[in-house]
Amino acid sequence: MRNGRSWLIGVLVIVGLTVVAASIWASSDPDGLERVAEDLGFIDASQDAGFQILPDYTLPGVDGVASTVAAGLIGVVVVFGIVYLIGRLVSRRSERGAPS
Amino acid sequence: MNFTLQPGTLETGIGRLDLHAPDGFLSFPVAAVMWILTLVSLAIALRFMNRTFDERALPLLGITAAFIFAAQMFNFPIAGGTSGHLLGGVLAAVLLGPWAGTIVMAVVVAVQALLFQDGGLVVLGANIFNMGVIGTLGGYAVYRILARMMGGEQRAMLPAAGIAAWLSVVAGAAAMTVELAISGTTPLAVALPAMLGTHAIIGIGEALITVAALGFIRATRPDLLKLRDAYAPRPPSLGDSAEGGTAHA
Repeated sequence: MRNGRSWLIGVLVIVGLTVVAASIWASSDPDGLERVAEDLGFIDASQDAGFQILPDYTLPGVDGVASTVAAGLIGVVVVFGIVYLIGRLVSRRSERGAPS
Repeated sequence: MNFTLQPGTLETGIGRLDLHAPDGFLSFPVAAVMWILTLVSLAIALRFMNRTFDERALPLLGITAAFIFAAQMFNFPIAGGTSGHLLGGVLAAVLLGPWAGTIVMAVVVAVQALLFQDGGLVVLGANIFNMGVIGTLGGYAVYRILARMMGGEQRAMLPAAGIAAWLSVVAGAAAMTVELAISGTTPLAVALPAMLGTHAIIGIGEALITVAALGFIRATRPDLLKLRDAYAPRPPSLGDSAEGGTAHA
């Protein structure tokens, strides 16, 4: 694992920049399913979740792009943490000297 | 949408971001069947991940999930005032294998629903299945077949992953449409051409991002591509159970 740590940090920076870029430039057009739902007239069937934590990728109480960046970064950390925890619980240690 | 902020600031910078199927699109029986299919898939995925997932792939597991979450936020415009976003199932499966890939996709889509109110909870089973399981299990199978046909993974990883990624989006959209039709939300004959047409274009974005991410890893850290199949069982020894080895926590 030569330079393993710096590569990991580099990719985490890319992930962070992706969140920032999405917060600024993500298309506000309806996505594929939503567009079809509008065109075919079943968009009104959609129901609200009935609860809000970080609604529509915003952090309540923070304005503008920063709100989405903050919400997105929280999501990144939460997703990373959950899969890492699951992975730790179920992963296996290879035989010593196995090909890496 | 429920904005608690000043409307003016939001309209300028912030796009739609991700948007998964909300509750209400699927009938309860259809949503329940999809939940069952998803839970069975997750149980199988966890079981096989427990047998085959090498702990050295843990950092890659986390970073792949983080990237897919971030990239899914980025809705890219396609033709006709419509946008699309990455799913990531084929990418996750090529890097981590279909079982760990399925877990990654389930966690991403579940966090989006629970934390961000992106996608309903009743239809969460369907969303995980359509956007995750189809790509990680079906898409990965297609990837392996294509790679073998094109001369092996070493040579054909990128084109095989690109085609499988495109197909996973189209197949996910088709599955969603069938679920909508069975639910009585919209007739299949009308919705299917619309959904397939839109997602055939979105799938190109999926293919490009998948190929770019795999190409980046191959160029910078090709050793990570071996982690998927890295696990080598220990030889059984005294004290081990008949199953051989225990999960390492």
